[in-house]
Amino acid sequence: MTDSSSNGGRCDISFVVNGAQKTVRVFPMERLLDVLRQQLGLTGAKEGCGEGECGSCSVLMDGMLVNSCLIPALQAANADLTTIEGVADDPRSRALQTAFLKCGGAQCGICTPGMILASCHLLNKNHEPTLDDIREGLSGNLCRCTGYMQIFNSVAEAALLRKTS
Amino acid sequence: MRADPADFELIAPGELQAVVALLADEPGKWLPIAGGTDVMVQYSAGKLSARKLVSIANLTELVAIDVLPDEIRIGAGCTYSSLRSHNVIAAEFSLLASAARWTGGIANQNRGTLGGNIVNASPAADSLPALLAYEAELILISVRGERRVPYLGFHTDYKKMQLAPDELIRAVCLRRECSSYLHYARKVGARNAQAISKVCVAAVGRLGVNQLLVEDIRIALGSVAPVPIRLTEVERLVKGKPIDAELLRLVRSAVASAIQPIDDIRSTARYRAAVAGNLVVEFLEQLRNSGKTA
Repeated sequence: MTDSSSNGGRCDISFVVNGAQKTVRVFPMERLLDVLRQQLGLTGAKEGCGEGECGSCSVLMDGMLVNSCLIPALQAANADLTTIEGVADDPRSRALQTAFLKCGGAQCGICTPGMILASCHLLNKNHEPTLDDIREGLSGNLCRCTGYMQIFNSVAEAALLRKTS
Repeated sequence: MRADPADFELIAPGELQAVVALLADEPGKWLPIAGGTDVMVQYSAGKLSARKLVSIANLTELVAIDVLPDEIRIGAGCTYSSLRSHNVIAAEFSLLASAARWTGGIANQNRGTLGGNIVNASPAADSLPALLAYEAELILISVRGERRVPYLGFHTDYKKMQLAPDELIRAVCLRRECSSYLHYARKVGARNAQAISKVCVAAVGRLGVNQLLVEDIRIALGSVAPVPIRLTEVERLVKGKPIDAELLRLVRSAVASAIQPIDDIRSTARYRAAVAGNLVVEFLEQLRNSGKTA
């Protein structure tokens, strides 16, 4: 049960974002992406396609990779959310940042937050991904600079760095 | 024109009984939303006609997978990710596991549900040929109680289905009877992930004790008709026969007459017809070869 005594109006929902408890007043059908960007100022998640095809708006919700453009705010009530801003400060993701820098995994940068979150999701489940695992793990994230090989190499490098550090 | 969230109501009653009570109170007024991978796309595009939505995401009654001795009951709210990672589904219902693996990308698999794939009723829905091949049954629930219906015939025409306005799909039941069958699944699309199928096939088959004649066979196709279809005429044609060149020739023409493919943004009718014939033949050849090695 969520606190949705809304009757078509706004309601208050609470969730944890990057470790901090937040309460926001939203229309229940507002997209999580818009709530994150406009109310919480977390602009790392981008709107690419707005229909779940491109992965630019990826966030982790209760540890699961999701497209925040497809989540009505009410369904995020009481969730534990991680955005790219939360990943930036997480020591476990240092290997990913280092690897993306080293291998040229970030180009224009629009897809990068989503790529990093999809990579986090993959590496949290699979410590030694094959190239096929990486391709599949990132298959919902589109890069219009089409530098996919550098991105795949970055993830492989990050897996190695995590193992050796 | 993008939708204005102020125009929409969304509530999350949190229990299945409360959801079906709501559907019964105002039949056809409330649209259930689970993972949102279809509904939110229509919503964002300003194409959602419903103004009242009820969340059924993560309802405990809808996310269980019950493994019984003779069947498996998959809650309609199970995500593709949960189908992929389930041992019994992977071992005994590989067609469904494959369909779950090639639907969308990981983020959509984490949210999209089997029940949603059924009610969205796309002719190209990847999981539906698998349900046809396994002769799935659906458990539908409303305040009037539950009823169990075969999935075959549930979709009657493009986006039309035998679901009353106050009903919800509760579970999908698959009989555990295909362990000794060859399972064949193949999707042809522009890309593995995030691409809707041009043609997809799910089929199971078994040769008789002599390993020569087709004893049992079920073939289902997606994206070649207004609804996913079972190729019953083709099945009748091959049952009890050895798979030889002459039979495969007849099969190609029987496939061509069973399907009604169209030209659209993803493919052409001509290409779809050729591929559908090729895939059914590929399945039958694999079935024949499975006899040689047995």
